Amino acid sequence: MYSFEPNEEQKMLVEAINRYATSDLRASAHDADEDNNLPLKLIQKGWELGYLQASVPAEYGGFGEHSAVTGVLAAEEMAYGDLAGALAVMTPGLFALPVLLAGSEEQKQKYLPQVVENPDWTPYTGALLEPRFDFDPNDLATTAVEDGDAYVIQGEKVYVPYAESAPAFIVYAALEGKTQGFIVEKGTSGLEVAERQKLLGINALPVHRVCFNAVRVPRENRLGGPQGHDFAPVLDSARVAMAGLGVGLARAAFEYSRDYAKEREVFGVKVAQKQAIAFMLAEMATEIEAIRLLAWEAAWMLDNGKEEASTAAYLAFTGAANMAMMVTDRAVQILGGHGYIREHPVELWMRNGRGIATFTGLALI
Amino acid sequence: MIDFEMPKPIAQQRYALQTVAENMMRPVSRYFDEHEHEIPWDYINFMHMAMRQTGAGSLAPSDSKKDDPEKKDRPRIGYQSLAFMLEMLSWGDVGMYLVTPGGGLGAAAVEATGTPEQKEKFLARFRQEKPVFAAMAMTEPQAGSDTSAIRTTAVMDPKTNEWVLNGEKIFVTAGHKALEVSPGFVVVWATIDPSAGRAGMRPFVVEAGTPGVKVTKLEHKMGIRVSDTAAIVLQDCRIPFENILGPAEVISKKETTKGFKGAMATFDATRPLVAATAIGVARATVELVKELLAGQGITIRYGLPPQKLSAVERDVIEMEVMLRSAWLLVIKAVWMADNGMPNSKEASMSKVRAGDVVTRITQKAVELMGPLGYTRDYLLEKWFRDAKISDIYEGTGQINRLVVARNILNYSGSELR
Repeated sequence: MYSFEPNEEQKMLVEAINRYATSDLRASAHDADEDNNLPLKLIQKGWELGYLQASVPAEYGGFGEHSAVTGVLAAEEMAYGDLAGALAVMTPGLFALPVLLAGSEEQKQKYLPQVVENPDWTPYTGALLEPRFDFDPNDLATTAVEDGDAYVIQGEKVYVPYAESAPAFIVYAALEGKTQGFIVEKGTSGLEVAERQKLLGINALPVHRVCFNAVRVPRENRLGGPQGHDFAPVLDSARVAMAGLGVGLARAAFEYSRDYAKEREVFGVKVAQKQAIAFMLAEMATEIEAIRLLAWEAAWMLDNGKEEASTAAYLAFTGAANMAMMVTDRAVQILGGHGYIREHPVELWMRNGRGIATFTGLALI
Repeated sequence: MIDFEMPKPIAQQRYALQTVAENMMRPVSRYFDEHEHEIPWDYINFMHMAMRQTGAGSLAPSDSKKDDPEKKDRPRIGYQSLAFMLEMLSWGDVGMYLVTPGGGLGAAAVEATGTPEQKEKFLARFRQEKPVFAAMAMTEPQAGSDTSAIRTTAVMDPKTNEWVLNGEKIFVTAGHKALEVSPGFVVVWATIDPSAGRAGMRPFVVEAGTPGVKVTKLEHKMGIRVSDTAAIVLQDCRIPFENILGPAEVISKKETTKGFKGAMATFDATRPLVAATAIGVARATVELVKELLAGQGITIRYGLPPQKLSAVERDVIEMEVMLRSAWLLVIKAVWMADNGMPNSKEASMSKVRAGDVVTRITQKAVELMGPLGYTRDYLLEKWFRDAKISDIYEGTGQINRLVVARNILNYSGSELR
């Protein structure tokens, strides 16, 4: 039976995140972007909202259960504050969620409590993206080769959040042509955290190039155990997460430009009273709502094990990438010259908005 | 709780309707497109019989279900069910869907604004043995989207207690079938006080056979040719006093727009349904494009980064994003209607988006299929023509943008003209 009404728990979570997103993340976003730094206190406060902890069952140290629908709601609300901040708060999920979704029982028991019972946000992280224009998560250049009691990982990853301080990574590599995750702990020989990357947007989030020079990881560190795992649930989660984040970011840009247009005078009326602008806003609102529903549906399919879930996740991601660019571009346009000035947040959102198409693997739900 | 599971009764109904679409609509789609103004009686009679048995078919969900104590606690899905029905019939043939007997927009207006007595008097005919049609007449030669500029007048004759209607209406969908082919009716919008603007506007039921009402023309259209689009002239057309839907006098200044709001309330209910018909055409198009591509050895490789896809694949994927997301907007709008939530914004959003995507998808499909797409060997070129009306009737894309904009900006009609 169709319903578009989140349950009570979800509403409470969204409300809590909304308060944090507006009074903390949004309030700090400008300076964080200029300083290329997110204050640890800010991230810690987001961690204490307990979204990831509530996605993990009690037997592994959490206090809830995993739901992609809840995840997509949370992602939207986080990104409504600030995308870089959202990605930072969600970073430990890059490690914990693949373990939860695809890990073996031993791996869950060993690693999940480390992450979610920790009162301090600790950047366990993940490494998926690679430096090539046609990056394809199902056709990685980084390889894993079986060698005795270990796998040997060779390759180069980019956009690895908090790589310098991460206690452990999930690294994705092609094993006999199939994408598999491997748990790589900090200090493993051959693991080289290279320079911090400078990007078009999300400047506040430290992301690094990371090289894997014949990194040997024990067999038991293959995600899912000796049999390995299906990569689809992880990739689907990454895509729907990005769709949710794109919706949140776009909503922020839409609301800001709408409010500006209602204040700003032009030719004796408010800018918003001009149909040229009012219609742009109407289309932005329609597009955001359409893609939000697409993301919700994909998340719901993931939660309910529907056959078409992977395709739905892919379509939601594709749609969100275009929508986020369209909406943020128009937000800047509606503010005119002022939109181009860094005192207003819309140019930051436009730079971040372009990233939705690229950031697969920077967030999971 | 957020849920996207299709309700079981809808799934069953959908299965049955697909059979109708495949067997009674698609095979004659081309014939009736090329024989404009011929009437597809096989389809009409079949649907009439089927709807008499199931009680389905009106554009407004039946009220009787509300009072059935056994069904009281179940969530209402009447509008959702209708949206799915219209989507599937339009997937078959949107023009032919428009000639489905059962009252269409005319009956919907009676449902939305009539008294219980009026509903009984005017709607009973749809349950009789022979199929009956109804229509809605709003547009005039000089007044389309600006419905406040309507000039058709209704004057009370106190001697006979009748309304006397004078004026000209155009673009009346199924007007011919409602007045000349069957004992139906047309809901005519007229003003009872030309100085009162929208406040004076009222819907009147003009029944077939009433002296003074006449179909003067059947339009020749770009698409949906099987559906008749009539021009109607009302010349001293006398109808009983009780054929007015809503209050008979211009009330206080405060409620000046009440008459007009009756029309708008109808639109909040019917816009997502018209959007659903657009989605049906769009889905048919995307499916046929994929089928034709598969015939030439091309299957869409979902999941690949766009950089690795062909341009054709990227186009098809974009079509699917548009199609699916627009359909979800429709479902949300009708779900809100079923749950008694005000849905003016969502109704118009769904119409904006559906009108946009069906025109873009059908245009892209003809382009994509190259020399195949442009021929009448396939229905793609027909759907291209059929689709465009979705962006025009029941409020153009622009009017619906205006409705959405006023909603999101919290502006009145005078603040955002």
